[in-house]
Amino acid sequence: MPFGSRNGEEMKEPVKIKERPAVERSATFDEVVFGYSEEEALQEASRCLQCKKPSCNDGCPVGIDVKRFIAHLAKKDYQASYLTIKEKSSFPSICGRVCPAEYQCRKACVFTKKGSPFASERAINIHFLERFVGDFGNQEGIETPAENNKEFIEKRVAVVGSGPAGLCCAGELARQGIDVTVFEGLHKTGGVLRYGIPPFRLPRNILDFEIDYLKKYNVKIVTNYIIGKTKLLDELFREGFSAIFLGLGAGIPSFLNIDGENLCNVYSANEFLTRVNLMAAFRFPEYHTPINVGKHIIIVGGGNTAMDAARVAIRLQRIHGIEPSTTVFYRRTELEMPARRLEIEHAKEEGVKFEFLVQPVAFSGDKDGSLQTLRCLRCELGEPDASGRRRPVSIKGSEFDTPCDSAIIALGLQANTMLTNTTKDLKLDKNKDIIVDPETMQTSIKGVYAGGDIVGGEGTVIEAMGMAKRAARAIAQYLKDKS
Amino acid sequence: MKILSKRTLLDSPVSKIVEMKILSPDIAAKARPGEFVVLMVSEQGERVPLTVVDTDQSQGSVTIIFQQAGFSTTLLGSMNIGDSLYAFVGPLGHPTEIKKYGKVILVGGGVGIAEIYPVARAMKEAGNHVTTILGARTKDMLILEQELRSASHELHVATDDGSYGRKGFTVDILRDLLVKSPYDLVYSVGPIPMMKFTALTTREFSVKTLVSLNAIMIDGTGMCGGCRVTVGNEAKFTCVDGPEFDAHQVDWAGLEKRNKVYAQKEQHACRLAAEMAKK
Repeated sequence: MPFGSRNGEEMKEPVKIKERPAVERSATFDEVVFGYSEEEALQEASRCLQCKKPSCNDGCPVGIDVKRFIAHLAKKDYQASYLTIKEKSSFPSICGRVCPAEYQCRKACVFTKKGSPFASERAINIHFLERFVGDFGNQEGIETPAENNKEFIEKRVAVVGSGPAGLCCAGELARQGIDVTVFEGLHKTGGVLRYGIPPFRLPRNILDFEIDYLKKYNVKIVTNYIIGKTKLLDELFREGFSAIFLGLGAGIPSFLNIDGENLCNVYSANEFLTRVNLMAAFRFPEYHTPINVGKHIIIVGGGNTAMDAARVAIRLQRIHGIEPSTTVFYRRTELEMPARRLEIEHAKEEGVKFEFLVQPVAFSGDKDGSLQTLRCLRCELGEPDASGRRRPVSIKGSEFDTPCDSAIIALGLQANTMLTNTTKDLKLDKNKDIIVDPETMQTSIKGVYAGGDIVGGEGTVIEAMGMAKRAARAIAQYLKDKS
Repeated sequence: MKILSKRTLLDSPVSKIVEMKILSPDIAAKARPGEFVVLMVSEQGERVPLTVVDTDQSQGSVTIIFQQAGFSTTLLGSMNIGDSLYAFVGPLGHPTEIKKYGKVILVGGGVGIAEIYPVARAMKEAGNHVTTILGARTKDMLILEQELRSASHELHVATDDGSYGRKGFTVDILRDLLVKSPYDLVYSVGPIPMMKFTALTTREFSVKTLVSLNAIMIDGTGMCGGCRVTVGNEAKFTCVDGPEFDAHQVDWAGLEKRNKVYAQKEQHACRLAAEMAKK
């Protein structure tokens, strides 16, 4: 199939993705986006102009050769396409589903209008193509070539945390013949991919597949084990690990610090999502962890986690036979929301309402301490702040009350210091994130590397993987130099 | 995570308290007084936080003591020697600061008596004069009396019905002691009303008072914030900031309410379980 042309008449329409209809999906946790069929993928791939100087590659945080993987795809050489992605990204099936492509590769696509804050609709649907290729690779069992480096015999590396960074680093090292053990504090692996991202965005069979894949390379996984508590870094070295990678993730949820925030049924997004995604509270009492589902649920925040929480909340209302009333309260307007556009659209389709330009000032409750009302101020947009987005300014005297019996605070996370507190000599920045050499991801302790959200705050899954890849390269080199 | 031993400490119509030793050499090697573990009975289970009562490094075991108070603890109590827990992780939280304070009073009520036991021993070993006050509804509901007697220099008991020791509450004995002579530290674990009145009493005498709180948790590692409690007008996470806090700063009313947030759900689950058991 010939590649697209820039001439108006021949310009092909983007291939729309098929989705489970909103009415059908919003009382279930089934995956929303179906993914391209082979025919659709080929048609979408054929729209790619194969630019001489492709800008899309630069839009990818890990530098996937987008142009090349699409070229292989268009020629139906799916294996070559898959291996092209795998050169840079360990988990195409995951990234194809959760990457904010409209802020990354698609935004850099030549079809995106210059100066647009996110990708234009015409931009190639790179993420859907990646997902198609990734799922193909998984189904066909395409294996990335393993190396059996003699240099690495009897070299053991400990990976702390089994989220995107840890899994990626473990995979990269194990593929080179290094003996890797992953330590996870929770009872299940996957980190934020499991406790944070709901199954309707990332089905658990996809996640399990990618994790099981690591076991093929003899990666050992130890759950219920907290490095920094159950065992210290020093002890890991003493037990024969030559290097350690820290993929601890971002930890502590931020709150608004306003009155009434400790009332019953005020949740952090982390707690709300963990109860549902990890502990399966939506299947209570078959699963024993409960959750209270309000009649009027308010989510505070405008990022992807806020969208996940809102979409989980409205599903819970439907599952419990409650008339859906889930509203996202955000300080700015829709344009400034950091969430993926697709998630915002999906949330709207599913019945989530939005209240923009509002600033919560207090929660109030009944005599039993249960949340009843949220009081807010209206805002207007002022001058741009450090992020380049216009700053919300609250309007005096504009208070208003909204009935609210469940609130979910989705304002981001701060570093968890459980490991860093018990590891002296590990240098931290003012946010208590771990300081690393950006080239090698090595920390202030020799042989200890770090990546993901514990380095530089909250990023995306793909950014975490990018750091983990860099760390893995440096760790392999470190092991070679050591022997 | 295998259950090595199981002992029923109390089996009355209103309360059942069980002690278990769980095989977990790495936690046994690390745990210090005041720290806790989080366990899950099964894959469907809740994550339940429990104080580490004792460790045996030669056996590689961790001792937990729990009251069968709700659905998950009843399920835990139904497990037997040789069974394995689904998850057992720790040690979590900050350990108690053990040092020589001088004269220390420990106040324990109900199953909270189990939680003051490791602290009593460590305080005595650190050279403190340890006075322990135990509270129970009635004589038959008192646990670990002998253990605490040997871990203390002085031991007092209060029972609600006067069937043993002094009739009344732990706080009555506490007040008498504080009136008679100065103390350097009071440490208390038990039902929220008991800890609250302990705090109110010691405040009058300006004695530093620590309590170990039992907020509802999920991960126990600071990730969810479900266990937050207001301490000195600031939100603190019981799991990573505690579990011990300055008793004079704790918002007891808030904690009591948050701990009841799933009471209805809990009753529902217990009712279903009882119906299942009948069938």
